[in-house]
Amino acid sequence: MIRFEDVAFKYGTGPEILREVSFHLQPGSFHFVTGPSGAGKSSLLQMMYLASRPSRGRMSLFGRDVESLSRDERGLLRRRIGVVFQDFRLLDHLSVAENVALPLRIAGRRSAKVREHVAELLAWVGLAEHANDRPATLSGGQQQRVAIARAVISQPSLLLADEPTGNVDDRIAVRLLYLFEELSKLGTTMVIATHSEALMSRFSHPVLRLGEGSVRLEAGRPASAASAPAGSAA
Amino acid sequence: MPAGHADVPLARDPSERFLPWLVAFMVYFAALALVSGMALHKLIERWDSGLTGQWTVEIPAPDLAGNATEQSARIERILALLKETAGVTSAAQLARGEIAELLEPWLGSSALDEDLPLPALIAVTVDDGSPPDLDALAAEIGRIAPRALLDDHQRWLGRLLDLARSMQAVTAVILALIALCAVLAIVFVTRTGLSVHQKAIELLHLMGAHDGYIARQFQRHALKLGLRGGVVGVVLALLTVLPVGHLIGRMENTLLAGLALSPVEWGLLALLPAVTALIAMVTARLTVLGTLARMP
Repeated sequence: MIRFEDVAFKYGTGPEILREVSFHLQPGSFHFVTGPSGAGKSSLLQMMYLASRPSRGRMSLFGRDVESLSRDERGLLRRRIGVVFQDFRLLDHLSVAENVALPLRIAGRRSAKVREHVAELLAWVGLAEHANDRPATLSGGQQQRVAIARAVISQPSLLLADEPTGNVDDRIAVRLLYLFEELSKLGTTMVIATHSEALMSRFSHPVLRLGEGSVRLEAGRPASAASAPAGSAA
Repeated sequence: MPAGHADVPLARDPSERFLPWLVAFMVYFAALALVSGMALHKLIERWDSGLTGQWTVEIPAPDLAGNATEQSARIERILALLKETAGVTSAAQLARGEIAELLEPWLGSSALDEDLPLPALIAVTVDDGSPPDLDALAAEIGRIAPRALLDDHQRWLGRLLDLARSMQAVTAVILALIALCAVLAIVFVTRTGLSVHQKAIELLHLMGAHDGYIARQFQRHALKLGLRGGVVGVVLALLTVLPVGHLIGRMENTLLAGLALSPVEWGLLALLPAVTALIAMVTARLTVLGTLARMP
């Protein structure tokens, strides 16, 4: 699914934030990415959702070397990736339903199908009654659920979430991760970036730990008070 | 899902208000330049073809001491000479009324009273394929009437045509400059839009939107604004051209007579908003595609 081989990353001509990063994530696996602030969690995720290119090394997604992809192929690959951004990135001029529908519209799906999917998904995240509201009128937690609904609506093969629990209390954070686990069980590969050790300890998923520019893969530990693990690392 | 809202909210940009007016003024000036160019083209065509094969012999009016009978005899001899000259197909003296008509645009009808001495004019039609030798014929006419002038109109007509063609070229340059300004304005507005909506564009890009999908949002917006501005510009141009055309239409016997636009030319004018909108659309598309190409 995702393979990094000696990958390095830097912004422009700055120093390398990540170096010699190597790991392989199997399809359907569930991984946390953690590390101190500035360790490169977001940068790692950016490379995974093809917003940035590695400055060195080789990276492949869905079995394709990303450097060999044409511009159109990169676009098609991005449609198989759902992203929950740390700052949600909802479009304020669109309604909640229109925001959620965006990936399907981009993929050129028919309006009737899109409407049906959006209604189902908004009900799933508990926002059916807010379908016509503007994101700015929602609370942080509600906006986050809209962002999640938008990330999963196209049934992505890979779901990346950058600090998805950063704006919600512990109870909702755990519920959110259960939600991600459900998706993982359906075959979606999950990569969740978080700095919360407490939250990770409640699940038994393997962790990609970033520090001093490199990544260490830690096998999942028994969960302290959570569901059984759903992912596996190579 | 309602598709009423564009993914990139361009309709809220300030360009929505000022760009149509900018385009309208550009189209207004372009329309005026186009009408001028078409009128000049007509004028050139008419002058060019109207005087081909037409020569004129001008015999100045006799002064106060002159003898009118002698003048008439000279005219008769010149007419006889012309009719015998190979290459001359016809030669006829213009009546005083015809000469007065020719002078009317410059002198006005009131100035042309009976007392005004007018030169005698002989209209000569020559065979275009084998015209007579101008200099030899002029010398022979000079022997009959020393102050007579034989004119094939080429000298002044050539200058007039050169002037008209230069003006036509200037008109074309003005049109090109207006088009260039329009393109630059659209590029500027599109780049501003790309900058203002960078986050939305980046989001669409990361969701897998192809460059064409994003470009379509901008090109549709530019098409709409270009069309709106174009229509306003052409309407303003019509409000200028129609009264001027009406005034020219009243000048029946002048050099400017017959410059009214043909249906095809009106059609070209009516196409201006569509052409403007098309230019705006293509410019916006190319600008967006050029900018997006720099995204990973």
